[in-house]
Amino acid sequence: MFPLKISSVEINIKEKRLLGPINLLLQQKGISVVLGANGSGKTTLLESIHGLRNLSKGEINWAIPNNLAAKEQSFVFQTPIMLRRSVLENLMYPLRVRQFSKPYANKEAMLWIKKIGLEKKVNQQAPLLSGGEMQAVAVARALITKPKMLFLDEPTASLDGLAKKTIEDILILAAKNDTKIIMSTHDLGQAKRLADDIIYLHKGLLESHCSKNEFLNSPPSEAAKQFLAGDIII
Amino acid sequence: MIKIIFTLAVLLFVQLNTAAASQVRLAVTSSFHNSGLSDYLIPHVETDLKLDIQLIVVGTGQAIKLGKNGDVDAILVHSKPDEEEFVKTGFAKYRRQIMFNDYVILGPSTDPAKIKLANSILDAFERLSKSKTKFVSRGDLSGTHKKEIEIWKKINFNPDTIGKNYISVGSNMGKAINIAVAFDAYILSDRATWLNHQNKGNLAIQFEGDQLLHNQYSFLPISKKRHPHIKSTLVEKIEHWLVSEKSKKLINSYIIENKQVFTFNAN
Amino acid sequence: MNEILQGLAQAFWLIISLDTELITISLRSLYVTLTALLVSIIIAFPLAALIVVTRFRFRRLVITILNALMGLPPVVVGLLVYIIFSRSGPLGVLGLLYTTSAMIIAQAIIITPLIASVAHQSMQGLWADYRDLLISINTSKPRRIGTLMWDSRRALITACLAGFGRGIGEVGAIMIVGGNIDNATRVLTTAISLETSRGDFALALALGFVLISLALSVSFATHWFGKTERGGLW
Repeated sequence: MFPLKISSVEINIKEKRLLGPINLLLQQKGISVVLGANGSGKTTLLESIHGLRNLSKGEINWAIPNNLAAKEQSFVFQTPIMLRRSVLENLMYPLRVRQFSKPYANKEAMLWIKKIGLEKKVNQQAPLLSGGEMQAVAVARALITKPKMLFLDEPTASLDGLAKKTIEDILILAAKNDTKIIMSTHDLGQAKRLADDIIYLHKGLLESHCSKNEFLNSPPSEAAKQFLAGDIII
Repeated sequence: MIKIIFTLAVLLFVQLNTAAASQVRLAVTSSFHNSGLSDYLIPHVETDLKLDIQLIVVGTGQAIKLGKNGDVDAILVHSKPDEEEFVKTGFAKYRRQIMFNDYVILGPSTDPAKIKLANSILDAFERLSKSKTKFVSRGDLSGTHKKEIEIWKKINFNPDTIGKNYISVGSNMGKAINIAVAFDAYILSDRATWLNHQNKGNLAIQFEGDQLLHNQYSFLPISKKRHPHIKSTLVEKIEHWLVSEKSKKLINSYIIENKQVFTFNAN
Repeated sequence: MNEILQGLAQAFWLIISLDTELITISLRSLYVTLTALLVSIIIAFPLAALIVVTRFRFRRLVITILNALMGLPPVVVGLLVYIIFSRSGPLGVLGLLYTTSAMIIAQAIIITPLIASVAHQSMQGLWADYRDLLISINTSKPRRIGTLMWDSRRALITACLAGFGRGIGEVGAIMIVGGNIDNATRVLTTAISLETSRGDFALALALGFVLISLALSVSFATHWFGKTERGGLW
């Protein structure tokens, strides 16, 4: 699947440039964190790479055919999308879609339910969970199919410390188990904790793509400097 | 409970048996049915001829249409001009008279138009045209409606000029009577339907017994030439039965409120 | 007023005594409407889901027409069905006129737009929620349709009840195509019409009360089996 080549990608809506042109190369290992102010195009970038958005210009090239690559990806949305079913059924769903048997799906789902600590809510209707619990389910559901690439769009925004830690631990473990992760975040601390490399977006353009340390210690641009300093980016 | 299960089973069985070979469909005019005569007579026909007779009770106009379309095997109506046209255009070879009854004028018990004193039907209608009372018309080009139109024509009067008091309903006889009861209005009806009608309200027969009020019912078998699928043999049997002595006995002995309602006149 | 009380009393006695004719025409009413409902469901629900998940050019037009068809006057439908199945009509050879089959066809035509429109509206709402997730998980179109239908099942059941209500109380169409033939195509509504013509209002009302009880029973049974509003379910 890798390297993932993003070439001259642009997203325009009604003559307004939302993103691009972007040129990016992603390698197999590690956690890439996408940083940037609100409206800098983080969500749009992630959705475009995953295929949820049509490109106005440019190409996304996986090392394997796109339809095969699609099966190896998962996405966790900023606001968790829960199926109107129980927690268990939500987790089983992606496996059932892939024609895995009910017993197998059930077993895997129960394993994940334990990992995220929701044993007591196995049959609870998922939309009735708290925000943190829903997001945990969403992350588990994304990982249950053992994807090679996981996208997360600000997964822990608006979650409390415990929920945040639970999810970060899962992500670190997943990255160790060969799942490439690309996630956007507002939380500089989270970027520091998780990132291997940092992709910095400013007004829809790719300002820099470098290692975490490089970004933090010697910010590659004026805008990045302002961002790190905590200024409001206009 | 057993009754329900049994009825359900029978129902399903019957439904699966569509159009059995010994099934005949007749379109009959609503006054034949509303008088109760069909419920009285038809079971006898069915038993004697071992047939399943399906009656479709509609207005004369619709009965004629069903006959022309070949959706029924024969029709029983009471509108001579329509019947003659039906035969002329080849949908039936002939019309066979079976029985007659008469029309009456129903009206409020106080008889504000004073038609009780009329010496003929024409006189009665004259009085109606002049009085400020309500009149309900079938308005559906049925046999009864056409009779009403015939009488208005004979006195050279256009009922539409009555205005609001002329209520044209476009319904069958029973529903038209209901409306007349509600409005306390006059209405032309066949005697049999009236006698059998349960919602009489304040109405009663105010005029009867004129030659013009003769109401002839005829049987018209649909022509097999026009519609090859017609069950002509079975229809013939029914026709023979209807003009038989037994039929005569039954028709003449049908009474409502101690009165004979129909008179057999087949030949 | 007197007639209403008489009607209630008569209805009570008819039901208690399990009057055979009453049972026959009641069962026939149920048979016709439930069969029509079944036919409608098979057509309407997948169709509605298909419209939701498929992008095609004239979508808005199709939805508009579907909604508009809810206003189809039943008696017009009856007339059209009569013309088609009349011996003089194109499908006359089937000999379906004046059978319960013709009544079922007419009612199915009347009910389908109604349940399709209701189903479409609620599945459209659910799709707005699910869309990104189901695309991300790489579900096939049939799978999407299945998921939408299953997760919308309560709304679909409501659609069914609406369709049932429309059908069980219908009289114009089935009068024309069924003929209200004694022991063959007479149902509750056509019997009510007949007794009204006869001026027997008490009996007509009694039949009407039986009809209402029937509709209520169906609704009660549906919600009881569906455990509506029980324990956090919707």
